[in-house]
Amino acid sequence: MKAKFLVPLFIFLLLAGFLGYGLKLNPREVPSPLIGKPAPAFRVPQLQAEDKTIAPEDLKGRVWLLNVWASWCISCRYEHPVLVDFARNSPVPIIGLNYKELRGDGALDVKGLDPATELASARQRARQWLVEHGGDPYTVSAVDLDGRIGIDYGVYGVPETFLIDQQGVIRYKHIGPITPESLRDVLVPKIAELQRAS
Amino acid sequence: MRRLALVAALSLPLAAHAGEAAPVADDPALEERVMRLSHDLRCLVCQNQSIAESNAPLAVDLRNQVREQFLAGKDEAAVVDYLVARYGDFVLYLPPFNATTLLLWLGPALLLVAGAGWLGWRLRRRVREAPPPLSAEEHARAAALLDGTAKPSQESRS
Repeated sequence: MKAKFLVPLFIFLLLAGFLGYGLKLNPREVPSPLIGKPAPAFRVPQLQAEDKTIAPEDLKGRVWLLNVWASWCISCRYEHPVLVDFARNSPVPIIGLNYKELRGDGALDVKGLDPATELASARQRARQWLVEHGGDPYTVSAVDLDGRIGIDYGVYGVPETFLIDQQGVIRYKHIGPITPESLRDVLVPKIAELQRAS
Repeated sequence: MRRLALVAALSLPLAAHAGEAAPVADDPALEERVMRLSHDLRCLVCQNQSIAESNAPLAVDLRNQVREQFLAGKDEAAVVDYLVARYGDFVLYLPPFNATTLLLWLGPALLLVAGAGWLGWRLRRRVREAPPPLSAEEHARAAALLDGTAKPSQESRS
């Protein structure tokens, strides 16, 4: 009977525990339903080589990273040097997905631009950005002019990074800019694990 | 000055409230279908808005996807499946009933039943634990109070 006054305290602690846990969750990190599923197919022009295309099936048999980026994306500027540094001795190819290079930039009006001109200006802008920001860490970049590939990959913010295995299955998705810590603690161990599995 | 700032701060949400994005297709019936479904789909960028309410570029893209797929002859369920396959259940404002959402759906009902059960138990126990009978002295005092014959001095003392 004496312990009765502890009941509200107990309920309070329980609630505080739940709320505290809820505070630690990041609502911006929406779990991807694509983990464990084959990477959605696409075949689009490359950013670097004008006459070449790139598709996920070109990378079959290798572990690779698909990094979604754009020159208008502010967080990409923070991520870029990390990627450039990682690319120097990366165990896997980093494939860029240049997402809505022109259409994603709110300051630009590209309505009525014909596809060839849009592709050419997007290439020019993206390459220039890479030069200005410390180099090109990508083995190749795919050009996603209208963001359709992004939708297929469930991209809802740039940058995002997918880890894809030898069979072309998405194994992990990193949301937001890659940091040296997330590389060291998460991505590199996961890459090593996938490479061992082959 | 400070009061002015307060008024400005309070009216900010009104100004920030975005109107619904303008429809695009020429066919009003189709546009209505697109908007109706869009109201049930969450915008992943501005998470407390539906893709019908949001003007975020992704919301515009997703509305275009919905419109395109309707034009291609897909029905509502097919379009929802398409989006869930890419963005997960999070894209739905009405979460589906499955193992992970079991507590979400049944929790309130469970709480209600538990609360009602506890209340019933308390009430029955209170009936069983009737208050002890009055002593003769208390009885006399109660009777005096009811008759209005109790002395004021006594009342104020007690």
